[in-house]
Amino acid sequence: MKKTWIIIKREYLSRVRKKSFLITTLLVPLLMFSLFSLMIYLTIKSEKKKSILLLDESGIFENKLQTSDKKYQFISLHSNEIQSKAKALEKYKAEILIHVFPLKNNAIDSIQFFKEGSISIVLKEQLSEKLSSIYHSHQLKQFGIEEHMVDSLNRVNLNIKSYDLENNKETHSELMSGLGYAMGFLIYIVILIYGTGVMRGVMEEKTNRIAEIIISSVKPFQLMMGKIVGIAFVGLTQFLLWFILMFALQIVASIFLLPDTSEILNQANELGKSAPQLTAPDKIQKMTEIFKMLSEQNWVLYIFSFLFYFLFGYLLYASMFAAVGSLVNDDAQEAQQMSLPITMPIIFAFFIMISALKDPHGNLAIFGSLFPLTSPIVMLARIPYGVPIWQIVLSTIFLIGGFLIMTWVSSKIYRTGILMYGKKASWKEIIKWIRMS
Amino acid sequence: MLELKHLKKKYGQHIAVNNVSMRVEKGSIHGLLGPNGAGKSSILRMVTGITLPDEGEILFEEKPYRLQDIISHIGYMPEERGLYKKMKIEEHLIYLAQLKGLSLDATKKQIDFWFAKLDMNTWRKKKVEDLSKGMSQKLQFVATVIHEPKLVILDEPFSGLDPVNSEIIKNEIFELAKKGTSIIFSTHRMEQVEEICDKITLINKGEILLQGQLSNIKDSFKNNTYLLETKEKLEGEVLSYVVSQVQNSYIIKPTQENSIQNILQNCINNHTEIIHFKELLPTLQEIFIQQVEGKSSTTF
Repeated sequence: MKKTWIIIKREYLSRVRKKSFLITTLLVPLLMFSLFSLMIYLTIKSEKKKSILLLDESGIFENKLQTSDKKYQFISLHSNEIQSKAKALEKYKAEILIHVFPLKNNAIDSIQFFKEGSISIVLKEQLSEKLSSIYHSHQLKQFGIEEHMVDSLNRVNLNIKSYDLENNKETHSELMSGLGYAMGFLIYIVILIYGTGVMRGVMEEKTNRIAEIIISSVKPFQLMMGKIVGIAFVGLTQFLLWFILMFALQIVASIFLLPDTSEILNQANELGKSAPQLTAPDKIQKMTEIFKMLSEQNWVLYIFSFLFYFLFGYLLYASMFAAVGSLVNDDAQEAQQMSLPITMPIIFAFFIMISALKDPHGNLAIFGSLFPLTSPIVMLARIPYGVPIWQIVLSTIFLIGGFLIMTWVSSKIYRTGILMYGKKASWKEIIKWIRMS
Repeated sequence: MLELKHLKKKYGQHIAVNNVSMRVEKGSIHGLLGPNGAGKSSILRMVTGITLPDEGEILFEEKPYRLQDIISHIGYMPEERGLYKKMKIEEHLIYLAQLKGLSLDATKKQIDFWFAKLDMNTWRKKKVEDLSKGMSQKLQFVATVIHEPKLVILDEPFSGLDPVNSEIIKNEIFELAKKGTSIIFSTHRMEQVEEICDKITLINKGEILLQGQLSNIKDSFKNNTYLLETKEKLEGEVLSYVVSQVQNSYIIKPTQENSIQNILQNCINNHTEIIHFKELLPTLQEIFIQQVEGKSSTTF
């Protein structure tokens, strides 16, 4: 046991002291934080309006499109004002020119968009939607429906909320799925990264032939477990540092950024008085709502289950990666091929997770969160939705059991593989190694 | 000190070691010889406890071999050397010594001792990857003996070493033996064995071909020939015993009726001036090749 600790210590220190460890540890939270800040910033900041030229020969859109719009400014032109479409676009520094052709039998025959270069799908869809909605209202009026009725039809805004009867709380599916996705994805990434780290470490020891020296001092199992546990500690250290860093960044950000946001909030409020549409204050409100929901989450449960599923999911896969590393003879390509049977279930788990986020209590999701090779990723994604206790218990038992079996099998392969040089072991041989006592 | 009794090791259908017995005395240097793939490494792996024999047993200090008891008494330097490239030299030695159960204090004392002795102090803080091949060989040797093992196993310890460093390591091996350390020295380089070993075991295809005291083996393989160098050309009756001649050097093979004493006496009586005379013993290389090329097992 003492010797295993010596190995754990070396594996841990040799990795934590590396510059690359420091860089990723610092860079990841910074990157995530700046991405997050950028997202908030972009939603709050009002974009510069894009100019759009409208050549309306039907007369239906001209007045309707003039109303204040947060993204586009429409400039109506008459056909006699235009010499060429390109010149008009240039003159008004406009993004796009919409040409509505005159009515034929009281119906629009065609609308054409003109732009230098090709038009983006998003812009095309947004404009089409706007135009159709105006045309829709226009048609309704044509059928004799009164103006105020059309208006109220357009203002329909159903306030739909969902509630969890068990906890008597409002549920937020979007938030849950976002959270689940984030946690599942993180597990997916760390299992792959740290798992291949174990594999590379084993390969280094084998090709360097240092394994032979170490194994004359300790048992192969001690060397394998020392490496796996050492790297697990590296992972935990990294999580802890990320957590601390994110927390610190959040505090720093709230000190420096808060005055700004409150100012924006004020501005938005004033703006809001004059324009009753869904504008800035609604967004701010939505954001504060999200923050409120986030703070209401059961973070203790999330962190605990994350650590549990990370540890055992990692341990399960790491021993398999170690076994593969012990079979490889100094060839990165061979390593990639041989590790395919291990990376496949991880990728498979990732796809089950995506479907589980859509249908968190479906059969596939339940299977995925019980089967030990996929449960660390799938179950974690389901946790925010609330999972029945029996499933959590079963999944825990299966995962720990799977870890024990896999480690046992892998250590048998590892023990022989680490000392085999030259020829590539066949599957038949590997199975024989496992059977050997 | 160490005794192997009828060891057998199979890998699948292939018999790597078959019925190998040998005895290594305290303070002796035992050569384990054989061509590549003869089964040397398989034997060494059993002695170091990396693998277990399928049949036979190993005694360490007359007691049955229990790995956990003796692991710290064995120092093993495998043929293919390996160290963690990114580690600093001192750290690396401490790590390996600790795995052998040596305390940190004792390790540091040993490092001071060996670094001073082998003139390694200037590279204490360097990383393993910065060392030249010769340097890392020295380091590997220190790593093998740092915990003062009773049994040191060296697999091709001189490969890749320049003559100066070879000499240094060779002297250290002698010194260790003098202090009572038993040494198993595995190689396929015969000239080194002749210089270093007391006893040898020659194996081929997993089986023992020859075993015993080096001098006895050589004696038994000599074919009664002598080298004689004279100032002037030989004349007379002596010439009939000459097998071959290069200028004034003669190889002489006496017969049963006429012993070498008689032949020499004859020369002296003729007033032939003798510059050099010696018995020609076969080199181990010759014995080795002769044996490997197909002779039955012989024990001395």
